[in-house]
Amino acid sequence: MSLLEVKNLRMYYETLRGYVKAVDDVTFYVKRGEALGLAGESGCGKTSAALSIMRLLPPNAKIIEGTILFNGEDVTKMHIKKFRKEFCWKKTSVIFQGAMNCLFPIKKIGDQIVEPVMIHEHVSKEGALERARKLLDLVGVGAERIDRYPHELSGGLKQRVMIAMALACNPELVIADEPTTALDVVMQSQILNVIEQLQKELNLSMILISHNLSVIADTCDTTAIMYAGKIVEYADVTTLFKKPLHPYSEKLINAFPSIVGERRVLSSISGSPPDLLDPPPGCRFHPRCPYVTQKCKENEPELIQASSQHWVACHLLG
Amino acid sequence: MPPFGVVKMEDVVVEVRNLKKYFPIKLGFFKSLRSKEAPVVHAVDDVSFSIRSTEILGLVGESGSGKTTTGRCLLRLIEPTEGKIFFDGQDMASLTSGDMTKLRAKMQIIFQDPYASLNPRMNVHNIVSEPLRIQRLCGSRDEMRERVTKVLEDMGLTPAREFLYRFPHELSGGQRQRVAISRAFVVEPSFLVADEPVSMLDASIRTDVLDLMLGLVKRTRCSFLYITHDMALARYICNRIVVMYLGKIVEIGFAEDVIKNPLHPYTQALINAVPVPDPTARHARATIKGEIPSPINPPSGCRFHTRCRYAEEICMENEPALIEVENEHFTACARSPLIDKQSIK
Repeated sequence: MSLLEVKNLRMYYETLRGYVKAVDDVTFYVKRGEALGLAGESGCGKTSAALSIMRLLPPNAKIIEGTILFNGEDVTKMHIKKFRKEFCWKKTSVIFQGAMNCLFPIKKIGDQIVEPVMIHEHVSKEGALERARKLLDLVGVGAERIDRYPHELSGGLKQRVMIAMALACNPELVIADEPTTALDVVMQSQILNVIEQLQKELNLSMILISHNLSVIADTCDTTAIMYAGKIVEYADVTTLFKKPLHPYSEKLINAFPSIVGERRVLSSISGSPPDLLDPPPGCRFHPRCPYVTQKCKENEPELIQASSQHWVACHLLG
Repeated sequence: MPPFGVVKMEDVVVEVRNLKKYFPIKLGFFKSLRSKEAPVVHAVDDVSFSIRSTEILGLVGESGSGKTTTGRCLLRLIEPTEGKIFFDGQDMASLTSGDMTKLRAKMQIIFQDPYASLNPRMNVHNIVSEPLRIQRLCGSRDEMRERVTKVLEDMGLTPAREFLYRFPHELSGGQRQRVAISRAFVVEPSFLVADEPVSMLDASIRTDVLDLMLGLVKRTRCSFLYITHDMALARYICNRIVVMYLGKIVEIGFAEDVIKNPLHPYTQALINAVPVPDPTARHARATIKGEIPSPINPPSGCRFHTRCRYAEEICMENEPALIEVENEHFTACARSPLIDKQSIK
């Protein structure tokens, strides 16, 4: 059984101009010890989908439909107090995007790591600090930096502190929301090494959200490509990168330059993502799709199973 | 002579000789009484290279290696501490500010963040025509409007009249960066500095902007200094690559030579750090540990020795010179011949 099952999730943002259909009928699973990559352009709903699990969305976000089962228990129906006490940070935690802005600037990093531990596990401050030292060693910051303030650390170190915080209460699932976006390549590879190593050592399940497909190819087991609030392709990472079936995935994969092999021409996707207040009818990708047919403009494609581990939502295959 | 062999002077658009830029650190009054020498940040330390016509030269390195400072010194957006910059054979330091303004019509910059580099209170027409107004290149308003329309259309913002009176907040990221490129190209420059112009853009539009720049080089025969930290991107767009570490050049060469046969351990590390968009080619990311040292007191000898796995005593004592190993492929590493080429994928 999967650790996390997100089924037919619809999450809309209520605005004065109507509903923004940020997540529309999204289904994915995460097994224990598995890393799922959620990829797509900005504004495709990948962060909204993942943060629905943590119930960290702004007040105007409404879950219209769908279930989020964690170990068989529906998270969306859990009472918020129970959720905060028993689930949030203990079962799942988040590594936020842009660590530079996520740490509280006037508190020492040790105190910030200690906070969730003390709230959730009722240990003494000494015990919690001991845990924080271990965590800082684990992520490669070094226990001696426990009394530093965030401004004394570089971007890469701050991101490591964020990882340590996410691991503070031994969660089973970690959601990493663009953990390396603001960092340069050297830092990025160091952070990915840390994440990958910890995931193996602690047998963590992980959802990695990234717009950079190279990062996902490098770290994840399965991948879901999202476009305009929908999953357009869902497969294990090798299948997806070797045999992408959806035109959007194919183009997106070919949009990244590679350092190995011969230099090749990169593909681009003309146009821009649709307005989610009023998404186009039929397949949401059809205004930008090079293989568009009349059917694509009228009927919305279902996610169909192309092979045992491969699902695609495209009329070209049906 | 520039350190990388004989280059015909007529081919060279910009030549940089021994460029240095030190930023002084402000001390408090009492501290400044006590210390003899004011400490400085060695942002760029003795850098020489040249940019040829119709070439895209990549300047690659981690954050803090001095790439952006170099780029800005070339345009005299900041004054270099020492060294000479020749633009079309003309020494830029000797120019008066009036001559410099005239020269600025030939050299332009595209900034990293199109969300910050466009004035939110100006519309696209005013943003793009500003260089024309400063340079007084247009006789009449109609002519100016025509030129702006033409450049916007060249940059793929069609139909241009729909964009002319929009404000930056009405544009997407890719469109904003196109406006920024239009603003740089409206004066028909012969040299541009592009400071990570696609790092804030989505993958799907990134290629469009890159291909636009490649097309511009072909069409207008301008040259670029392309600043990036991503080796894969540099390989895609650049003819030659200059690798910088802590204010120094560690390697120069043609893009494919540098990628296929990196001679400096730092270049190797930068290449190994790039994630590969192919799950079957996963490799151990054997990259360098730690972070770039402080440029206030850079390490002695080879500046990379603190993080280099080939470092020996000689590296700590002597600063290696930039030497030519292959045809137009230079490296500053004392241990370069010993580097295990097999360790690179």
